[in-house]
Amino acid sequence: MAGAKEIRTQIASIKNTRKITGAMEMVAASKMRKAQDRMEATRPYADKIKNVIRHLGMAHPEYKHPFMQTREVKRVGYIIVSSDRGLAGGLNNNLFRRLIKDIKALKDEGKGVEFCLIGNKAVGFFSRVGGKVLATATHLGDKPRLEDLIGTVKSMLDAFENGEVDEIRIAYNEFVNTMTQKPTVEQIVPLPADQDDQELQHHWDYIYEPDAKDVLEGLLVRYIESLVYQSVVENAACEQPARMVAMKAASDNAGSLIDELQLIYNKARQAAITQEISEIVSGAAAV
Amino acid sequence: MSMTIHVDVVSAEGHLFSGQGEMVYAPAVMGELGIAPRHTPLVTQLKPGDVRVDPGQGKPMEHFYVSGGMIEIQPHVVTVLADTAVRAKDLDEAAALEAKRRAEDAIANKSSEMEMAKAQIELAEAVAQLRAIERIREGGN
Repeated sequence: MAGAKEIRTQIASIKNTRKITGAMEMVAASKMRKAQDRMEATRPYADKIKNVIRHLGMAHPEYKHPFMQTREVKRVGYIIVSSDRGLAGGLNNNLFRRLIKDIKALKDEGKGVEFCLIGNKAVGFFSRVGGKVLATATHLGDKPRLEDLIGTVKSMLDAFENGEVDEIRIAYNEFVNTMTQKPTVEQIVPLPADQDDQELQHHWDYIYEPDAKDVLEGLLVRYIESLVYQSVVENAACEQPARMVAMKAASDNAGSLIDELQLIYNKARQAAITQEISEIVSGAAAV
Repeated sequence: MSMTIHVDVVSAEGHLFSGQGEMVYAPAVMGELGIAPRHTPLVTQLKPGDVRVDPGQGKPMEHFYVSGGMIEIQPHVVTVLADTAVRAKDLDEAAALEAKRRAEDAIANKSSEMEMAKAQIELAEAVAQLRAIERIREGGN
């Protein structure tokens, strides 16, 4: 019965793997809902701040904060949002592939890149790509907190203010629907100008305390932070369904592998029995 | 009917409160603000403290602790943009330094990163093998 025992152990090990992938699938499914709710919850804050900033911009067209001024781009800063854990299908790799293409194009134009990395996967990948890594943030968990991102965002904004980078982009997976995640790269600083040509009819202004500059500065920093936070939460909301789908595929594959092996095992067993019988029969005939 | 003002309290991590109030009190950096309906437009920073909304009609006061943030006031809408973290210039600075240090660690810790990379390559190989097996199987059937 050559190989039958090996096939049996193989089947057992695949069954164990299937148990794990099945469990991971269910865990991902239950985390998915919460991650999506969290993503929805971040929207009002960013929308409200954006409104105030737009009002401010209209009331003070003459005052431009550095974060709102475009300048010639020599170096680009990338904030890259990835997941902490793997086994989520092509989620991270699709994003990285897209980025590598962008970065290569930039390098061909003679522009430099710097990175801020969020999530273990990005740290693992981009520390080998080359390019300066300004800051990292990892182990954010299922409930990312804004607090954990402040430092990372600030080091990027500092680099912008010091002229080390001239543009900041953020890369993350956009949540289209449960089945689809779209790798996305967006410019966040300088803030892209709003195309709404709202005529400056409402000529009213706020009172600022202590003064307009401080207030605008505080608002802009918070706005950019909330954009980054939103991306992180959105990426987390992408991670769970991606993992669920990947694990479902893995479980299905394990199932069909087991069926296949079971068939081979049965055939081998049958052949061994047949052989044994024919040996006995021919032995008896010889006597 | 008494006059009310719409109040939204939001933080980056979620929506905290939305409703009508007869009066809103907030701890602004320049001193405590009392906001009644038809207040003049105002934007200011908040310091850590209590934001209170008086819904009127004898209902109990709504309390929110904010660790700072911004408040935007328009005649009929008040928006409190609450911070979820304690913010101060030096604290932010420290956080930035910490993030930088982590980046340096990650680069210095190449060995562990390389192991990670190795593991990833092995995983990719395993996936490729699985795919090859699948292809063979499909061809066989």
